[in-house]
Amino acid sequence: MTGVQILFYAFATMMVLSALMVITVRNPVRSALFLVLTFVSTSAVWLIMEAEFLAIVLVLVYVGAVMVLFLFVVMMLDVNTARLKEGFISYLPVGIGIAGLFGGMLTYLLYNMQASDVQTKMRSLYPPAPKPADFSNTEQLGEVLYTVYVYPFEIAAVILLVAMVAAIALTFRRRSNRKYQNPDEQVAVKRDDRVRVVKMDSEEKK
Amino acid sequence: MSSNMNHNVSSNKSEGFKGFLKSLFLLELMKGLSITGKFFFGKKFTLHYPDEKAPISPRFRGLHALRRYPNGEERCIACKLCEVVCPALAITIESEQREDGTRRTTRYDIDLTKCIFCGFCEESCPVDSIVETGIYEYHGEVAGDLYMTKEKLLAVGDKYEKDIAAARAEDSAYR
Amino acid sequence: MDWLIDQIQYWYMWAMPLSGIVSIMIPLFLAVAYTTWLERRVIGAMQVRIGPNIVGWKGLLQPIADVAKLAFKEIIIPSGANKILFLVAPVIMLISAFAAWAVIPFNAQLVLADVNAGLLYVLAVTSIGVYGVIIAGWASNSKYALLGAMRSAAQIVAYEIAMGFALVGVLLAAGSLNLGGIITAQQGEYGLLNWFWLPLLPLFLVYFISGVAETNRAPFDVAEGESEIVAGFHVEYSGMAFSVFFVAEYANILLISALASIMFMGGWLSPFDGLLSQSTMAIPILGYILDNGMHWFFAKIFFFVFMFLWFRATFPRYRYDQIMRLGWKVFIPITIVWILVVGFMVLGQLSPWWGATI
Repeated sequence: MTGVQILFYAFATMMVLSALMVITVRNPVRSALFLVLTFVSTSAVWLIMEAEFLAIVLVLVYVGAVMVLFLFVVMMLDVNTARLKEGFISYLPVGIGIAGLFGGMLTYLLYNMQASDVQTKMRSLYPPAPKPADFSNTEQLGEVLYTVYVYPFEIAAVILLVAMVAAIALTFRRRSNRKYQNPDEQVAVKRDDRVRVVKMDSEEKK
Repeated sequence: MSSNMNHNVSSNKSEGFKGFLKSLFLLELMKGLSITGKFFFGKKFTLHYPDEKAPISPRFRGLHALRRYPNGEERCIACKLCEVVCPALAITIESEQREDGTRRTTRYDIDLTKCIFCGFCEESCPVDSIVETGIYEYHGEVAGDLYMTKEKLLAVGDKYEKDIAAARAEDSAYR
Repeated sequence: MDWLIDQIQYWYMWAMPLSGIVSIMIPLFLAVAYTTWLERRVIGAMQVRIGPNIVGWKGLLQPIADVAKLAFKEIIIPSGANKILFLVAPVIMLISAFAAWAVIPFNAQLVLADVNAGLLYVLAVTSIGVYGVIIAGWASNSKYALLGAMRSAAQIVAYEIAMGFALVGVLLAAGSLNLGGIITAQQGEYGLLNWFWLPLLPLFLVYFISGVAETNRAPFDVAEGESEIVAGFHVEYSGMAFSVFFVAEYANILLISALASIMFMGGWLSPFDGLLSQSTMAIPILGYILDNGMHWFFAKIFFFVFMFLWFRATFPRYRYDQIMRLGWKVFIPITIVWILVVGFMVLGQLSPWWGATI
């Protein structure tokens, strides 16, 4: 085994194990932290595949932003873990069924479709073809994204925008019984608005 | 009051554009920075404390002391005025008649952990016996170190009599 | 003999990056230590005090004394704390503060890892630092720590967006994600006027202010607002665990300063680059000083670090809702608008920053 292979297996095992921990650990905060670990090891595996742009963006977007907000919410909410575990047994068959279906599909794709190009395609992914020194993952991805896949890209962007607008519209409402401060006005306050210097004659002794 | 408020609001509006420019170019922040920047190069007022000490007033109220007359006789006549006037009840006095017929203290304790250093004891003393000196660097290491007995107070008085007398003399004109 | 050569080559392969890492880490640790000294001296001077001046000449041995003191203190782990996470949190913060230095170019040749997507790498690695704060706050099993972590997480996420947008403007202007490429894109015949701080001035200000907020420094230090939540996320930390947080904070300050000087102030470029003739550069010592090089990079970092300290000495702490307003309602719109402006400037090949071939 080469060093790279050792690294790959290490990160892949870590990925699978931490993914398992995400769904088995009782504490939601820990579960979210394991999800972070899963993302990090996934990005390491992608780095080994020389997909550095994807790997870095995974860390940047999912680890750096999405999971932080996720953790934020999970920590703020006092989730009752006992209630969450209640339906575990009744949902188990469905879960196992879906997992089995998905696993079966993957196995079928990878091993049974000898004739198709899937297997050769998978094989061709690693080791990646040697690239010139100035090869930029980012540029390649951008070129494909903004030419071949420009419509799906735009549609995805619009969907995200709609979701964002909807989220803001759902939560943004002015409550009449709350007092709001206007930081603009607060910042614009001058000394003269608050303090009045009064000129007075000094008192005299009677 | 309300008219005053209105006036202010309108004055804010009149400088609207100016105010906008002011906040756009962070002028007020720059002003703040320039002030701290000026002081950065300014003269520093720090006293290198253990090496240099600030001058203290002759009225400074620090560690207590019991004084003696120049002939060595202790001044205190056990009138207990200080014990009565002490707002923190830090002073405890017991007295007895001595062989020569004078009334003297057998016990004169000041609990420095109770004392608030108000100086009333010194003010009330008719014979200038209990005084507060200019000593402010003292400490206790075990419980009881800061409980000043008559012996300790007299020792302080004996040791610093010169300073104490000088401070009283300097302040005497204002008494 | 061949075996020996193989061995030497093998170890050389490992030793080169390792020696590079060590030669960045050790000066960085020293720089962090003396940044704390500088901070105490500078803030002292601005408050008309002297600051540490007893330990060593001008107090120069003070940071070493501090380290020695912290090293001998006990690391207290609170009861009910998650022990592993409690100890991992400061390490995460330290890693994220130090790992980003791998792609920082010190001069035209000197860079540990000349990564293509260097800017993205820096953003990704620094964004992991939030976890140090969040995990520390959560694992401490303390209300104050948790509240500090919550504040800090919200603040860092908010300002990371503004910061990211500011950097998008930079990479739009430079046409490269490589930090060395960004610096060379700022080279031109007008010296310091060619740097990106001029066409990207709003982004520069937004970036630096967001950087101050990202590092939880005054006036954005609500995460450790001592008047209301004691010390925020690291209340429960003591001894070396605390000092690791401390080191990470200052390493982050240095990193933000280094990035600001790379993105907007031309990194290792001399401000006279292109202005002075080749013959001036040939003067023995003066020429070396005026020429491009590491010393300009360090001078710029020093300038930005000084600004950090200056801000801390000057501004009172922002209120939490004002911080959020500034991040979301002021900075993000400014950056978005200016990214558009930059796009038009690049399209129009506005000279002297774009258009002219170097």
